Parts: sequence; C-alpha cells; structure tokens
Amino acid sequence: MATTLAKAADGTESVEYAARIEHVSKSFAGPAGQQLVLDDITLDVAPGEFVTLLGASGCGKSTLLNLVAGLDAPTAGHIGTDGRPALMFQEHALFPWLTAGKNIELALKLGGVPKNDRHDRAEELLELVRLKGSYGKRVHELSGGMRQRVALARALAQDARLLLMDEPFAALDAITRDVLHDELTRIWAETGLSVLFVTHNVREAVRLAQRVVLLSSRPGRIAREWTVGIPQPRRIEDAPVAELSLEITEVLRGEIRRHGQH
Amino acid sequence: MASTETTDPTAKDPVRDSGIAGVEAGLDALETTATAGTSFRQTFVNKILPPIVAIAVVLVVWQALITFKIVDDPAKLPSPSDVGNEFKDAWLEGKLLEYIWTSVSRGLLGFLLALAIGTPLGLLVARVKFVRAAIGPILSGLQSLPSVAWVPPAVIWLGLNNSMMYAVILLGAVPSIANGLVSGIDQVPPLFLRAGRTMGATGLKGAWHIVLPASLPGYLGGLKQGWAFSWRSLMAAEIIASSPDLGVGLGALLENGRNASSMAMVFEAIVLILFVGIAIDLLIFSPLERRVLRGRGLLVKG
Repeated sequence: MATTLAKAADGTESVEYAARIEHVSKSFAGPAGQQLVLDDITLDVAPGEFVTLLGASGCGKSTLLNLVAGLDAPTAGHIGTDGRPALMFQEHALFPWLTAGKNIELALKLGGVPKNDRHDRAEELLELVRLKGSYGKRVHELSGGMRQRVALARALAQDARLLLMDEPFAALDAITRDVLHDELTRIWAETGLSVLFVTHNVREAVRLAQRVVLLSSRPGRIAREWTVGIPQPRRIEDAPVAELSLEITEVLRGEIRRHGQH
Repeated sequence: MASTETTDPTAKDPVRDSGIAGVEAGLDALETTATAGTSFRQTFVNKILPPIVAIAVVLVVWQALITFKIVDDPAKLPSPSDVGNEFKDAWLEGKLLEYIWTSVSRGLLGFLLALAIGTPLGLLVARVKFVRAAIGPILSGLQSLPSVAWVPPAVIWLGLNNSMMYAVILLGAVPSIANGLVSGIDQVPPLFLRAGRTMGATGLKGAWHIVLPASLPGYLGGLKQGWAFSWRSLMAAEIIASSPDLGVGLGALLENGRNASSMAMVFEAIVLILFVGIAIDLLIFSPLERRVLRGRGLLVKG
C-alpha cells in the first residue's frame, strides 16, 4: 500500500494520506452574486481508511467529491491526493457501446496496462465483484445491482489508491443495497483501498465507515465527526449501528432545523 | 454482536459471509430476463408478408384501372405487363444492370466522398466554438435547400460531366452527414465525459474512446439521411443534365422515356430509382443502425 511520503526524506515526520483537504472553499456564480457552497473544509483521509461524508441536500458533498476527483478546482485552499483517484457515480456511467468486460478493459487501457494482460485482469476484477461469466454481457442486459458492481470493478481497474463514491447505491432497492454494502466492505478489506463515500443516508454511513463526517448545509462546513468502533462485518439492522445512527440523525436534524428559523 | 472481538475489518463471520454470495446470485438471476430469439415464421409474418401484400394490392388496383377501362389512355397509364415487358427487354439487351450500375456507382462514390468531407467537418463544427458559430446555421440551412437547385450552377462551373454530378451529390449529402455527427456529439451524456475524464480519457483520447462511440447513433442517422440526399441529388442531376458522354443512368432513362413519350419506360425508371434507394437502405444502413442500437439496448423488439 504505497502512499505519498511528503517528508520521508528527512526521516522524522512522514506525512501519509490518501487525500488531504486543506481549508478548501468553493463558490459558484449564482443569481444573487457569488454563492458560497463549501466553507473552509479541512479533512484528511488516511491510507486504507473508509470515511463517509454525510449531509442533507445543499451541503455541497458532491461538490467536494468533484474537487477531490479533480473535475473542478477549489476557489480557495488546497487538495492533495495520492495519485489520481477513481470515482463512482450514483448512475453506473458504464459505456453502453462496450460489454461489461470491455468497460473494465478501457479503464485498464487508459491506465497503461499492457494489452496482453488486460483480458485476464478484467476477468479477475469481475470475479472480485462476483460477476464471473458476465464479461460479454451488454450493459442493458445487467440488473441495477450488477451494473453498479461492474462500475465498481471498472473503478478498481484504475488501480487508484483512493476510491471516491458519490451516493453509488442511492438508486438501488433496499435488498440489493444491503448486499452491495457487504460486498463493498469485503472488497475494501481485501484491497486496502481508501474510500471517501458521500451519502445522505445516515445508517448507510454508519454501516460502512470507520469515520463519519457530518457536513452542515449552505454553506457546507464540517459540523461534527464520529469514529465508528463497531466491528465489521456490520449489518444495517445491528443495534450499535442503529444507536449511533439515531445520535447522528439528531445532530443532522438540528443542523437542518437551523435553516427553517430564518 | 460481539463488540469485544477483533476490530480487524478482514475478519469474516462465516455464517454471515456464506449467505451473501447466494443472495447476490439469486438477485442477479431474478433481475435479468432472458431474451428469446424470434423464429423465421414470426419474422416472415411480421416483417416480410406485409410489404408483399401491399405491393400485390397496388398491382391489383393498377390492373383493375386498365381492365375496367377507368383509365383508357396507354400514354398516360401503361398496363403492368407493358412495364414488365420494358424490364424484360432491357434485361435481354443486357442494359438493365448497366442502367443501375451507372447510377449506383456514381451514387456510392459520391456518398463516400461526402462521408470523407462531412465527418471531419462535423467534428470541427461540434468541437470548435468559432467554427460552429460561423457555419453551423448555414450547414443546417443547406439541408432544407433542394439539391436540384445546385444543378444549374454546377453545369455552368464544371460542364456536363461526372464531376458536376459529384459536386451536386456532395452539396446535398455533406450537410446531412455533418449535421448528423454534430447532433450525435451534442447528445453525448455529460456523465460519460465525466466518467471518461476520471479514467484519464481527455483530449484526443477522450474524443476517440468516449465522444465518437457515444455519438455513433446520431452519426448513423446522419449517414442514412446523407445517402437519401445523395441519391435524390444524383437523380435530379441525371434528369436535368443528360448527355451522350455521360452514359445512361436511371435519371437519364427517365428523361429518355419522357422524350420518347414512352410511359412504360418512365415507369420502369421510377420503379428502379425507388428500388435502388430502398435496397441500399435495407442492405447497408438499416442493418448497421439496428446493430448499433440493439447492442446498446436502445431498440425494443416488436
């Protein structure tokens, strides 16, 4: 698990991170002048850490993810990542002109994997997401859950050390989502990836993460953080998960209530 | 659950883990439906039989008009058998295929030229803002200009020869092909571009791996229309500009029929023009389009 060792040369203080977000602000031009969306966000994701960003609508969590992905530039502050991160969307974003396997191979190709290794590697990744035998399937032949698993395999094909996930399971039914939570936890543990996972679902955040970061809305600021000590594998129905979810939900509601008062 | 145990995320609970794979396989099986192929009988009844019936009805009505003397002037409406004989004679003289080939070879070569010019032009218009603002509206406007309007200037500029035919085809087909590509590119979902960018497909790589394949359905639509325009332009050019040096294509055949006051020959030419237009579409463009759309799940079987 290689990470950037910013000060490894002098041997004293090695700074390791998968993503480092320092005093980041972002504003967009809106109808009422500049609109501040993210306000002074500072957050580190350690190598191998699973962090969920939790917030109501308008907290700028997806904006923050786009900034970390490098799809947009912050108005102020600095973002450093350990290599180019992979990004998974709420929509599967698989290319319909390619088969499941070829979608993965395209990511491998763009990542510079030699031609002869691509097919085997794609098969391996499909096996990792339990889709062995789906190499030749077209995107429209796959169910919603299968598409997101292929999308996950394609993201893994980028061989990034940081995986950014933008509400990837929000559009799935509850049963499929539970199964994919299990899969993501398993794959995260097997690969040692760092994950920054955006969601508005409190239980999902608690079910998955080692650390839950709550963002307030308009502008998005870090409101509070929780370290989740519940051992994996967890289930969304587990009592400790439910208990912590309740606590976080109360704080989240408090944050939302503030907006109704003025 | 025992929170006193290890917090190592790799530790697996065997009871829980064994269930997931099974549930997942079950979900996958439940949510994917197998599509059965259609039998030849079905294809025949649904696709082949209806047009045959339609043609038969037209022939019966046509023959009835003659038999019951509703139209009594062979110079206005020849009987189906007269037109049939015209085909037979042309076939026996060995000229039928020559007529067809003269026009089809011109049409296809002109279309290929239009393809070679229209594709880069469409890319430029779609991707370069200045070019788009400059010639985008003209390009769309040209599509609504009947290409027969280009025949007189083309004859004056180039004379009565093959280059004039190609010029008319190009002016008719290039705007369609370019516009098809432009609308195809405009309709590429932004999500694909973002997904491509996070995978490192930017610039030329992005154009090759993401933009072009994503815009293929619109581009194919443009090609199909481009062929229709090529064929129409060519017929206009052949009808207006007939000259012994140019050989007898289908348009010239029609014009010859008119000059000889042979309605049977005129009908022969019209049937052939229609037949070639439909045949090229059915043999080349429709299968291509169907393949692309079906591969992407955009074609509903029915």
